[in-house]
Amino acid sequence: MKERVKAPVEEIRQKFPYVEVDEQQTVIVPADKLLELMQGLKNEFALDFLTNETAVDYPEESKFELIYNLNSICHGYTMMVKTSVDRDNPEIPSVFPIWGGANWQEREIYDLMGIVFTGHPNLKRILLDDKFDGHPLRKDFQWESVRE
Amino acid sequence: MEVNKEKSGIETVTNEIWAPEYFGTNPDYHNMYPVKRVISAGPLEKILNLARAHSIWPLGFGLACCAIEALMGANGPRYDLSRFGYEVMRGTVRQADVMVVAGTITKKSAPFVLRLWEQMAEPKWCIAVGSCAISGGPFVDSYYVIPGANKVVPVDVYVPGCPPRPDAVLEGFLMLKDKILQKRKVVTG
Amino acid sequence: MLKTQEYCLNFGPQHPATHGVFQVILTLDGEKIVKAEPVCGYLHRGIEKLAEARTYTQVIPYTDRMDYLAAMLQNLGYVQAVEKLMGIEVPERAEYLRIISGELSRLTSHVLGTGVYALDIGGFTGFLLCFREREKMMDLLEELTGSRMTLSYARIGGVADDAPEGWLEKVDRLMDEMPGYIEEYNGLITGNEIFQARTKFVGELTPETAVNYSLSGPVLRASGVNYDLRKNMPYGIYDRFDFEVPLGTNGDCFDRFYCRVREMEQSVRIIKQAIEQIKEVDGPVMGKVPKVLKPPKGEVYHEIESSKGIIGYYVASDGSNKPYRVHVRRPSFVNLGYLDEMVRGVLIADLVAILGSIDIVLGEVDC
Repeated sequence: MKERVKAPVEEIRQKFPYVEVDEQQTVIVPADKLLELMQGLKNEFALDFLTNETAVDYPEESKFELIYNLNSICHGYTMMVKTSVDRDNPEIPSVFPIWGGANWQEREIYDLMGIVFTGHPNLKRILLDDKFDGHPLRKDFQWESVRE
Repeated sequence: MEVNKEKSGIETVTNEIWAPEYFGTNPDYHNMYPVKRVISAGPLEKILNLARAHSIWPLGFGLACCAIEALMGANGPRYDLSRFGYEVMRGTVRQADVMVVAGTITKKSAPFVLRLWEQMAEPKWCIAVGSCAISGGPFVDSYYVIPGANKVVPVDVYVPGCPPRPDAVLEGFLMLKDKILQKRKVVTG
Repeated sequence: MLKTQEYCLNFGPQHPATHGVFQVILTLDGEKIVKAEPVCGYLHRGIEKLAEARTYTQVIPYTDRMDYLAAMLQNLGYVQAVEKLMGIEVPERAEYLRIISGELSRLTSHVLGTGVYALDIGGFTGFLLCFREREKMMDLLEELTGSRMTLSYARIGGVADDAPEGWLEKVDRLMDEMPGYIEEYNGLITGNEIFQARTKFVGELTPETAVNYSLSGPVLRASGVNYDLRKNMPYGIYDRFDFEVPLGTNGDCFDRFYCRVREMEQSVRIIKQAIEQIKEVDGPVMGKVPKVLKPPKGEVYHEIESSKGIIGYYVASDGSNKPYRVHVRRPSFVNLGYLDEMVRGVLIADLVAILGSIDIVLGEVDC
């Protein structure tokens, strides 16, 4: 397998000094600087394709972690960006104004995990019905088993 | 996992559809189907059953993976449903005879499956294809799946498999034909 | 007096043209659509939550049942993600078998997409014609894996079994006949005047919008963007094969359909080259894997090119034998996000054509 093109992580760290990079080349950013970083990544580093947006629940550390995967179509590299929010009051700005592909993916995260995205045009439940109580993918969700 | 009795969604589905001010609080409403069929069987019905059994019109209603094998594969050129006369797949509920439930029923789709069943005209039958429609299948531990189609509609024939081959679905149709003709015993292969 | 009024119509969950249980609530003005609101979730089975209660190998049958038409490609994505997390080497013969069965699955999916799209536009013969080939391919897959549709053939570290005697010759013979069948489809469906009148210049998509809304697969390539993960970010041994990536010009429904037909020809090319190259490779089909799989603590994201678009698997592990979190980036789900803006101002018959050309599978949309 030939080598893949590496993302320019060093230049990103010089340009935005508040990010950290771990050993798998993942960029970690605090939640209040998220929109600034994302706008800079789209405009200057040509990361114009938002492939994936998801969230993971860590109840022991009392946080949700949000993962964004970005691709660059012309240059051919990929990058993962992580941020975390507090578990008791999960609110984070939406990246829908930057990439339209975040529309349904953020609705799915709101539906299944309960994280509220401020600035999203239509934040409603998408996969579960409107009368459903609770957010299933959290680690403390209980339900009655129907296996006979 | 803790057990929480209020959160099971199955009872709420059935209570909402049968509105008490329309049907009265008649607990026997669900059991009236077999009673009606026994009363209406007579010598005239024997002749009508010959017509009904040899030309069943299925409803084109596929939910999940079993629909590709059961509905589309059985209608395909190799396993041909039209050699028995069952290929007329109707889009609308009012003209169909048998509802082939092929796939998983979830709590969001159970109200409309029941509504489709209510809208079908008598006489009507139901075939449950695949293990998700018989008992919940591999998804039975999930928070959103109803364990079997017979919690929502009365089922006549069960075809097991995940997904069953189209020839197994053909045998299911033939068993339904025997049941309509009211033979003394229905023999499985 | 005479006046017109907007009317609300339910393009409901039970409909012969919605490819499954999918609902669009339409607000109509005459026959033109003013507003469309898609409602999905009627087949939501909770696979991501179920995967947290099963071991790593037991998740593989769940991945088949998401996109049930091209099952091998779903398995491949998950298995490669876990192998990346654990650092396992896969033997050569297993890689070739994965490629051959993966491209056969892609062929079955595209053949069914072609036939069902012809059925949506109105011609029943196209559907029967395409199913004739699909049965032959499913026979081959049944000889190899034991099941026609939900294969579960890939394992972490290789594949389940080696190919039986004479199987590779049968695949070779079918691939020799496939170009003749594709000519038949072109003659009957693609060149048909009514089909072209209903699909040309309908539902046009510009390349900038397609990239902004994260569309992928034939939907993106029909607008002219050259992005195929098998060429841009190759995985497995795809860089040993020589094939082209078909592109479209206008981005309308006809281009999306025709890209799929040309992709079928390229898949036939890849399978023939793989059969040539596998004859020199002999060896085990399963790598060195411990009996109880316990990956190290960490996370990985891996994506491959499936028949509907880019499918990505995010697996996070905490050191035990069950995954901590599995998330699947489903191509049909993301491709549907743009539907409500694409159908504003078109007639209802065009809505059927647009929905069929995106080629969704409901098991994948609802996970």
